[in-house]
Amino acid sequence: MYFWNREAECMRLEELRALRDWLLVKTVRHAYENVPCYKRKFDEIGLRPEHIRGVADLSKIPFTTKDDFRENYPFGMFAVPMDQVVRVHASSGTTGKSTVVGYTRNDIAVWAELMARTLGAGGTTKGDVVQNAYGYGLFTGGLGAHYGAEKIGASVIPISGGNTKRQIQVMQDFGSTVLCCTPSYAVLLGETAREMGVDVRNLPLRVAFLGAEPWTESMRRQIEESLGIDALDIYGLSEVIGPGVSYECMEKAGMHINEDHFIAEIIDPETGEVLPPGSKGELVFTTLTKEALPLLRYRTRDLTYLEPEPCKCGRTFVRMHRVMGRTDDMLIVRGVNVFPSQIESVLMEIEETEPHYLIVVDREKGALDTLEVWVEVSPRIVSDEVRSLEKMEQKIASELQSTLGISVKVKLVEPKTIARSEGKAKRVVDRRDLYNGS
Amino acid sequence: MGVKQLSVFLENKSGRLADVTRALAQANINIRALSIADTIDYGLLRLIVNDPERARAALAEAGFTVALTEVLAIEVPDKPGGLANIIDILAKEAINIEYMYAFVGRSGEHAIVIFRIERADEAVQILREKGVRILTGEELQSL
Repeated sequence: MYFWNREAECMRLEELRALRDWLLVKTVRHAYENVPCYKRKFDEIGLRPEHIRGVADLSKIPFTTKDDFRENYPFGMFAVPMDQVVRVHASSGTTGKSTVVGYTRNDIAVWAELMARTLGAGGTTKGDVVQNAYGYGLFTGGLGAHYGAEKIGASVIPISGGNTKRQIQVMQDFGSTVLCCTPSYAVLLGETAREMGVDVRNLPLRVAFLGAEPWTESMRRQIEESLGIDALDIYGLSEVIGPGVSYECMEKAGMHINEDHFIAEIIDPETGEVLPPGSKGELVFTTLTKEALPLLRYRTRDLTYLEPEPCKCGRTFVRMHRVMGRTDDMLIVRGVNVFPSQIESVLMEIEETEPHYLIVVDREKGALDTLEVWVEVSPRIVSDEVRSLEKMEQKIASELQSTLGISVKVKLVEPKTIARSEGKAKRVVDRRDLYNGS
Repeated sequence: MGVKQLSVFLENKSGRLADVTRALAQANINIRALSIADTIDYGLLRLIVNDPERARAALAEAGFTVALTEVLAIEVPDKPGGLANIIDILAKEAINIEYMYAFVGRSGEHAIVIFRIERADEAVQILREKGVRILTGEELQSL
């Protein structure tokens, strides 16, 4: 078994509990005193920070949601002045506004530690060559993995996503031993290598850390066989910290949550009740050490369960099963979060289009996800020239792309082809089979 | 001086063209000329009919999205070089043709070609100066 920080990762449970109680009290006070949103939530129900004396009191605290981020856009959830914020990242919001997160210098150091544990659990050490194909930028994946690998002392290739043939070339020429990317990109890399006549199984590549989107056990087998590697699942979300929230060890039996930095709960998404250990429900996180953006009971909308049994690897951190679904309609396409409401608001802003649309997500074997948006034509769009229709398709596609941050194919369809809403409209057809066989 | 043309948006799936022709048949509309421009996903069916307004209503009723545009119906001598002469005239003036297609009926010794061209007003004037006849909607319907 590999460890980056055995002392922390295998901490005795009594010690971990005491540490968490102490850190939670500190975090609650920090959030209450410095973030008006939390103060308001507490005051509304007459809750005082001193009522929270430890993790046992956690369920008294009201939930935090993505809406809180939207209402406090961009920096309203930050608990420190901007002169202490050294980094900002962002992910998709449910409408036009993105979810903005911030980090102090210490937050960045914690994040690097957590990603070092993540990469270390798969045996990454200095001397490894880490090909980091997560996107660099506002997305937390690229820089998160980068800092973790650097902290270990590995040689990082910050290649970012895309340019798949060059990825294979670099993997060959630089002798990459560790790969970081989304699982679907790992599949694509395998397919592309085969097309180029390269057998990755004969290259030094040994392990991959795959996350940012749901995948299945059968995808794991496919990736491990075609690349000749171990494929480990990693989990994170930018609101909590980014990648590094939880990570698999070589047992490949669920992801260990970094419990000295985060508290995980499983709740009933309907009632908000905390569910007993082992029940499936919505995952909720409270941060324990975050300075710039403390989070109290943040609802992830991810459905999973926590594995109550200890892991064979010796880590005492609880494991979460891979994400089994969502409680909202968020889609993850090529690692990017997409809300149907974002697409709708773009279409509403384009004068000629009607709000009748269908989102079709698909994944061809060995290829990346495709996102198609079907838009019904209106008399205002149709003319006698194909060229003007194509121009309209391009206009919609480029507006969507600039909002969503990923490429979109727009397809014009006849009116009434998209089912009219009787109650809840069917806006999304997801042809990928992401949550089955997991 | 233009004639009215219907453009119908059609997805590329079987039976859609039949739906259009059936809707027009039921409304007792006669199709005088047609052409289709298509892409991978959809096509545009362009139609000249005997009663454009009624045809549009019938198609809208049947759930189609229809645009109405003006095009030119130009008499073309039905002999070698007839069309070439007319296109030469436009080319010399650097007037682009967006698309064109043939009309089913004839006007005496002439064929009729439907043109969609840019700067239509200017084009009409130039063509008339060169003795080319351009039919009005009424003239076309009376053929």
